Amino acid sequence: MTQINKNKDAITWETFSEGLWVNNPVFVMLLGMCPVLAVTNSAINALAMGLATMFVLLASTILVSLLSDFIPKQVRIATYIIIIATFVTIIDYVIQAISLDLYNALGAFIQLIVANCMILGRAEAFSSKNKPLKSIVNALGMGIGFTFALLCLGVVREVLGAGAIFGIDLFGENFQPWVVMILPPGGFLVLGGWLLLFDWIKQRQAKDEEQEGRANVA
Amino acid sequence: MSPDSLTFIFINTILANNFVLAMFLGLCPFLGVSGKLNTAIPMGLATMFVMLVSSLSAYGVNLVLVALDIEFLRLISYIAIIASSVQLVEMTLKKYSPTLFRSLGIYLPLITTNCAILGVALFQTFKEYDFGQSLVYASGAGIGFTLAIALMAGLREKLELSTMPSVTQGAALSLMLGGILSLSFMGFAGLGG
Repeated sequence: MTQINKNKDAITWETFSEGLWVNNPVFVMLLGMCPVLAVTNSAINALAMGLATMFVLLASTILVSLLSDFIPKQVRIATYIIIIATFVTIIDYVIQAISLDLYNALGAFIQLIVANCMILGRAEAFSSKNKPLKSIVNALGMGIGFTFALLCLGVVREVLGAGAIFGIDLFGENFQPWVVMILPPGGFLVLGGWLLLFDWIKQRQAKDEEQEGRANVA
Repeated sequence: MSPDSLTFIFINTILANNFVLAMFLGLCPFLGVSGKLNTAIPMGLATMFVMLVSSLSAYGVNLVLVALDIEFLRLISYIAIIASSVQLVEMTLKKYSPTLFRSLGIYLPLITTNCAILGVALFQTFKEYDFGQSLVYASGAGIGFTLAIALMAGLREKLELSTMPSVTQGAALSLMLGGILSLSFMGFAGLGG
């Protein structure tokens, strides 16, 4: 963590942790919103979607960073998209083979991972400019950050909207589910709520730091 | 009205199953380009055009794929179609309206990764629509997208002028607005059915 190295290719803690918090793809960069909102109506769907996206992100990162020297600049976006589409096709068939229930619950959104701008954004902004190993570490962080964000939404929506978590009943029979939370509007509202919370925390931190700074000067 | 009739598909995709507000497709431009009404509407129209072109080509390509029994290539070929139609729109805009081209900025090439467009192509294949139905489905989805993004931009323009708590500025506010819009669009559920 305290590794001080001016070398551009050095893999530091920041390479990994960037995606977890500072530049969390969902909460900070607002990328890949469609699956974030569409499949997070239960925690298990959210987890599966997060892992599938992470697989595609990792695999395409490896290929993009290895091939980046050979891909002509003009057709790079098209090439990246085709690489991503290949891995999505693989994961699509894999999920179908593992669990048909899950496949039906996620529906077309597995195939729509292709259009997740987070993955293309990473390929364009990071993997094409960095060494494979560094890109993989970064992609791993991003993938975990993405899965974490999906879980944040999935858990809240399932608890409020169905009174359960990972399918396990929490409140007993008397619970009146807040159905709107598992319907489309709930997705917008819950994510909005999370963002409000994070913005509020950030403002508090900034204010505290400012006061500390003033106290030090005085 | 039967669920396969053209009127049903059209009204259903615009209102009851609006691509943005009920199916969560195409959220990136919905949140990103909805700041001003006069960029939001061209963005909606450009997306609609790409949707129509790619939906029709996807219909044709799917016939070939099914005939050759290579359906596992569907995703890759659809995305290639979409990328090339976006390129077409980009070149046209750059030539005829450089101002608009600049104001849409990064979001223009990002139409490629607009899941609403891939969504149209995929869903019409899953639902096994014929040529006419696909055409109506794609135009309904495009109009629905334009409607949603224009509504959002109008609301955000009004909010610019009002005083808000400092925490709610930015993305959180847009999402809350989206939630309320989505709630109101739920009122259309069952319409035409």
